[in-house]
Amino acid sequence: MDLTTKYLGLEIKTPFVPSASPLSRSIDMCKELEAGGAGAIIMWSLFEEAITAESESMVRFLSQQETGFAEAGSFLPDHQDFANALDIYLENLRRLKDALDIPVIASLNGVTPGGWIEHGKELEQAGADALELNVYYVAADIDQSSAEVEERYLTLLKDLRQHISIPINMKLSPAFSSVGNVAKKMEAAGASGVALFNRFYQPDINVDSMRLQPSLHPSTSAEALLAMRWIAILYGRTDLSLGATSGVHTPEDAIKLLLAGADVVHLCSVLLAKGPAYLGHIRSGVTDWMEEQGFESVDEFRGRVSALSVPNPAEFERANYVNVIDSYSFSPGVMV
Amino acid sequence: MSQKQMVTIDGNEAAAYVAHMTNEVVAIYPITPASPMGEWADEWSSLNIENLWGTVPDVIEMQSEAGAAGAIHGALQAGSLSTTFTASQGLLLMIPNMYKIAGELSPTVLHVSARSLAAQALSIFGDHSDVMACRATGYAMLCSASVQEVMDFALISQAATLEGRVPFLHFFDGFRTSHEVDKVEKLPVETIRAMIDEDLVKLHRERALNPDHPVIRGTSQNPDVYFQGRETVNPFYTALPAIVQKWMDKFAELTGRQYKLFEYVGAEDAERVIMLMGSGIGAAEEAVRHMVAHGEKVGMVNVRLYRPFDPSYLLGALPVTTRKIAVLDRCKEPGADGEPLYKDVLSALAQAVANGDMATMPRVVGGRYGLSSKEFTPAMVKGIFDELTKDKPKNFFTVGIIDDVTNTSLPWDPLFRPDTAEGVTACVFYGLGSDGTVSANKNSIKIISEETPNYGQGYFQYDSKKAGAVTISHLRFGPDPIHSTYLIGDGQASFVACHQPTFLTRYDMLDKAKEGAVFLLNSPTPPERVWDDLPKRMQQQIIDKGLSFYVVDAYKIAGETGMGRRINTIMQTCFFAISGILPKDEAIAQIKAAVKKTYGKKGQRLLDRNYAAIDASLDGLHQVQVPGQVTSAFERPPTVPKDAPPFVQKVTALLMADKGDSLPVSLMPPDGTWPTGTTRYEKRNIALELPKWEDDICTHCGKCPLVCPHAAIRAKVYPEDLTADAPESFQHVQIKGKDFPAGYHITYQVAPDDCTGCGLCVEVCPIRDRKDPKRKALNMVPAEQTHNIEQSNWDFFLGLPEYDRTKLAATKIKHAMMLQPLFEFSGACVGCGETPYIKLASQLFGDRMLIANATGCSSIYGGNLPTTPYTTTSEGRGPTWNNSLFEDNAEFGLGLRLAVDKQTEHARELVVRLADKIGGDLAEGLLNADQSDEAGIFEQRQRIAALKEKLNTMDDLDARSLNAICENLAKRSVWIVGGDGWAYDIGYGGVDHVLATGRNVNLLVLDTEVYSNTGGQTSKATPLGAVAKFSAAGKPTFKKDLAMMAMAYENVYVASVAFGAKDVQTIRAFMEAESYDGPSVLICYSPCIAHGVDLSNNLRQQDMAVNSGHWALFRYDPRRTEKGENPLKIDCKPPSIPYRDYVSTETRFSVLNRTHPEAAERYLQMAQKHVETRFSLYEQLAALAVERAPEKKAS
Repeated sequence: MDLTTKYLGLEIKTPFVPSASPLSRSIDMCKELEAGGAGAIIMWSLFEEAITAESESMVRFLSQQETGFAEAGSFLPDHQDFANALDIYLENLRRLKDALDIPVIASLNGVTPGGWIEHGKELEQAGADALELNVYYVAADIDQSSAEVEERYLTLLKDLRQHISIPINMKLSPAFSSVGNVAKKMEAAGASGVALFNRFYQPDINVDSMRLQPSLHPSTSAEALLAMRWIAILYGRTDLSLGATSGVHTPEDAIKLLLAGADVVHLCSVLLAKGPAYLGHIRSGVTDWMEEQGFESVDEFRGRVSALSVPNPAEFERANYVNVIDSYSFSPGVMV
Repeated sequence: MSQKQMVTIDGNEAAAYVAHMTNEVVAIYPITPASPMGEWADEWSSLNIENLWGTVPDVIEMQSEAGAAGAIHGALQAGSLSTTFTASQGLLLMIPNMYKIAGELSPTVLHVSARSLAAQALSIFGDHSDVMACRATGYAMLCSASVQEVMDFALISQAATLEGRVPFLHFFDGFRTSHEVDKVEKLPVETIRAMIDEDLVKLHRERALNPDHPVIRGTSQNPDVYFQGRETVNPFYTALPAIVQKWMDKFAELTGRQYKLFEYVGAEDAERVIMLMGSGIGAAEEAVRHMVAHGEKVGMVNVRLYRPFDPSYLLGALPVTTRKIAVLDRCKEPGADGEPLYKDVLSALAQAVANGDMATMPRVVGGRYGLSSKEFTPAMVKGIFDELTKDKPKNFFTVGIIDDVTNTSLPWDPLFRPDTAEGVTACVFYGLGSDGTVSANKNSIKIISEETPNYGQGYFQYDSKKAGAVTISHLRFGPDPIHSTYLIGDGQASFVACHQPTFLTRYDMLDKAKEGAVFLLNSPTPPERVWDDLPKRMQQQIIDKGLSFYVVDAYKIAGETGMGRRINTIMQTCFFAISGILPKDEAIAQIKAAVKKTYGKKGQRLLDRNYAAIDASLDGLHQVQVPGQVTSAFERPPTVPKDAPPFVQKVTALLMADKGDSLPVSLMPPDGTWPTGTTRYEKRNIALELPKWEDDICTHCGKCPLVCPHAAIRAKVYPEDLTADAPESFQHVQIKGKDFPAGYHITYQVAPDDCTGCGLCVEVCPIRDRKDPKRKALNMVPAEQTHNIEQSNWDFFLGLPEYDRTKLAATKIKHAMMLQPLFEFSGACVGCGETPYIKLASQLFGDRMLIANATGCSSIYGGNLPTTPYTTTSEGRGPTWNNSLFEDNAEFGLGLRLAVDKQTEHARELVVRLADKIGGDLAEGLLNADQSDEAGIFEQRQRIAALKEKLNTMDDLDARSLNAICENLAKRSVWIVGGDGWAYDIGYGGVDHVLATGRNVNLLVLDTEVYSNTGGQTSKATPLGAVAKFSAAGKPTFKKDLAMMAMAYENVYVASVAFGAKDVQTIRAFMEAESYDGPSVLICYSPCIAHGVDLSNNLRQQDMAVNSGHWALFRYDPRRTEKGENPLKIDCKPPSIPYRDYVSTETRFSVLNRTHPEAAERYLQMAQKHVETRFSLYEQLAALAVERAPEKKAS
């Protein structure tokens, strides 16, 4: 069974690429993922905030602890000689490269142009096979136009492109008015692929304290459908690698996305919940299905249910709506 | 001799260096001022630094000093080289094991930074009370007088104990030596190796308990042999002085520093001699050398080896010409005819005379000095020598204080200066604890000491407050080693720096300046106008002493260069630029190098900011043209308001103004009893922003007073007509809701001088203006905008009456927060997570509270002078408070309960006996009072008042007895308050026992998950993976589940609360705990600065702790069982956010990602599972069906 896939210009063994998550902090977990059939690994995101804010807080709470109180000159032990967030990330990247045969994709996460983007070069030098740029940006300023938001993405991408020569994958949010057009612009600006879509954690309200609190609701299979639609629409119309992210929980989810045209499927919530070994289950589910259907390779069925391939592409635009209308339309002949 | 390595360190680090190098098992427990020794040892081991034998010492924190001593005893018995560090009460806890260790002749050195013992009061400062309590243990006692000696004697005692087999107590003065920073020669490893005899180490190993050749020790002996057994050790003690001297001589060969057991300094033909030990030697030597140089026949004997006390060495040191001796003790033994060293010397001399070894007995007097780090200066030494010139010098004298009660004190001339002070540059810096002044000064000493041939000394005076603490740094530099073991006094400083302009009107800092000194001021006022900011007296001093006056706007430079409010490097740069100690360019290069060392790994941006600030400092530094005459029209304002009570005016105000040293004995309460409610007179005005109340949108929910750590925002409800005379700016509106009569208004008022500006009240405020969502019902505004207005509003607010507490439903926050806080304006940290709980208890029950307070943060902000926060209602009722010890707080509180209960019982008996005389109805009412609510308590107090009136007219014994105790007929609420160090560790045995007694006490556990007061050491409440002192690599074990342990008793009320997560549950738990007629324990989540998070996020952190499952909310009420219900009620939802999200917000966890990333991840995974399983366990317990106890059938 041939699962090989071309992704971001890299030849990878399978289309299953675990997305940025804490799993990548552990070499052992990553080895398990590789054994389970991961085609590549995306490391956890190096946050712009982690590089700057964490440094500030370390200085404040380690280097500037004194309060002037006689009994406590400090509160936390301060080993002055420790690595910063970037050092640790680079070290992990090097160790992952040593331990794994599959490509390792580094991930940068930020929203503003600045010095942090230069870290891309260090990631490249440490051996990253590609770099994912995760722009975690909520356009809360209602005076900002959608064009300005898009420009922010493009500026960051162009900045990064100047610093590195490895492929860049853009992780996009679904909150663009024209997702396809944005993808096209990304391609023009030098991206090699897009991951659809980023999930923003939504803040929640605590009714006891009446204050905001962060919340985390792991994705569900239903969320995969959003990516599926857009991948089906983009398939064949761009040279970008298409990665489907959010909501891949079962072999069926993966198959659907590949059928829609995804080059790779990204997995996160399900692996966090069920452990890295679960990747093997997804993989064998897909290969079992391929065998049943008589497919020898992924390429044989990739994009088979994309907008280019289905008899009525308009269904991707309003299919569910039509079905919902059907579900409450009366059968002919029923008295009303 | 190898190349000398000079280092700039303090006494604790010096002791820890040798101890860590020469031991393999180190058992530790935090106590001020010894904690840093354990912290160093722990840190070095966590960095895998090896000892002399190439292995990393095993450092383990114990639950108490008693535990540490036990562990040391065991380690020694099993053949290890083992040590510990302690002070004060900790040393007392070690005494039982010290007898054992000495009795078994086990070689070990215990390093002690000597500290006062708690008597009429606790004191963390230095004297010899603690070590003197160990005289009889059998430990040898060797005393170091300086930082260099600490390092040297640590090694000499280690060498001597191995040979002599007698364990050593090596001590040095707490703070004065333990915390003094000095340039000293670091002992090279080869010197240490040369001093440790491997054969002796082998012999120690061979004596170990070993099943391969077993022995038995610790037998129980009887009248037949115990006595003889006790005498077997005599030869070891007889031999020891010579052994110590031998190792001192060997040490001299290795290092060139020669020490003697008793060391004489002074004229060869001295007639007057003083004897003392410890840091006072430095001051005394300066006086002696000066006096000898001026032709006086004086000398001194420095006592090094105090036990075994060897008279032959003492006599050998004493000049034969000696006629009069003053022996100085840094301790007090009430009731004795002299203190220990005095008596030892006296007895040695008397025996010498009796034995014919000495021809005549000199006149010997004894005196006390320096208790609790009281200043001991060359001038005082001169005063003692002057006294010795008299025919009959005063015996049992004191020096350094004014004793106008028993007139023990000697006079001294404060203007006396020894010649040695010449040639030394003395600098004094007044800074805020948080502005980095102390660390910058430590850094300056390092630069000067390590980069120039000069010697440097630094000593730091700290504050008793934690919020807005003031520090005074005393720095000396000079070409020779500095032995001035006293503060820089008036007229001695050639450089005075004031890092905060507000200090100009608080301290007489230019008293310290000498003629021609430099004065550096940080002020936003431009140089041409800054002269006008100075009070009259200060201007006069600048003119009279010819001071050069410089000003810099350090906050402006800090702001412009991205340093925030961190001004330390700016002020440090200015210091070097104008003090002339180092060439300017060289100094700046050194400061930059130091900055790079500190911040290098933390990011280039930080480095750049610091460099920019340093470079900008010189441009911003201006010399002020000093006019020829005083132009200022104002003086320093009085420290306390004129209407303060007489005691506050006469005593407290002087403490506040840093002039407590001048208070005579007669003004001190003799038994440690002080008035409460004095923080209200200490107007510190430290907030940069103040909350402003928007009365048009406020819903009067009461959350702001609830969360305020300093009771600096209050609610009052009162009839509107009382506002007729209110200042125009006074805000008040009709109270919302139907619970209050018509015409009643409410005010939320900030106390502008007492607010610390933490912003928690604004953070918690749930109300936003619909039209302008950024506007809450409370908003922080710059203090200068509202301070003066709010000051008059606050004064008016104070005069309004409190609402009748019997009419409030305290389970509602809105109502509870109208109760007067009887705990206010404490010195706790800005945003403290503990104090809101204490304040809440004081509101709900304060007028009937007896508080037993364990030593720790809560005893410091609760009871540290100059001012204390517990206060009273207008009727004069309020919490009454005492701190016994750290370890016995639960038992102490139980004692309060037992006393109250016994007196209540006896009062009831007497009421019955006297029923006819006092009236049947009154007696009936008193005996059957229902005091389950405020109205019931009020009525009972009325009855007691009526009873007293009657009793006052009666004269029989029963009536007099009842009169003395009848107040106990009113409800008493006993509270046992402390932190997790007490409840989980050192006091747990007592906590457990007190809970088991079933008596009606309320334990308030303020759980910060570390020993906060001593600087963040690990406790058993510290969570898995948190970095704390003694857990530098992350705590490898889970937090102890104290609640589960308490619930196991089944008759204990237990609640786990976090006011920032669910305030209603907190109040409910407090009410239930107090109403439960049995033991109750409230475990209160208390965010702390030791968590490495800004405490303006205190409430958010509590919320996250609860939502992540780290801190579950629940209440276990045994009364529910009686109703057939499950006693356990979970008050929070299952964990709803990842544990990772919670820990990533606190440096105590996140720093582990940097230092030990893999362990951090492993702990995180474990903790995530743990919080889930723990919650599920609690849920299951809460879901168990409970069978109702079968009702008894009528027979």
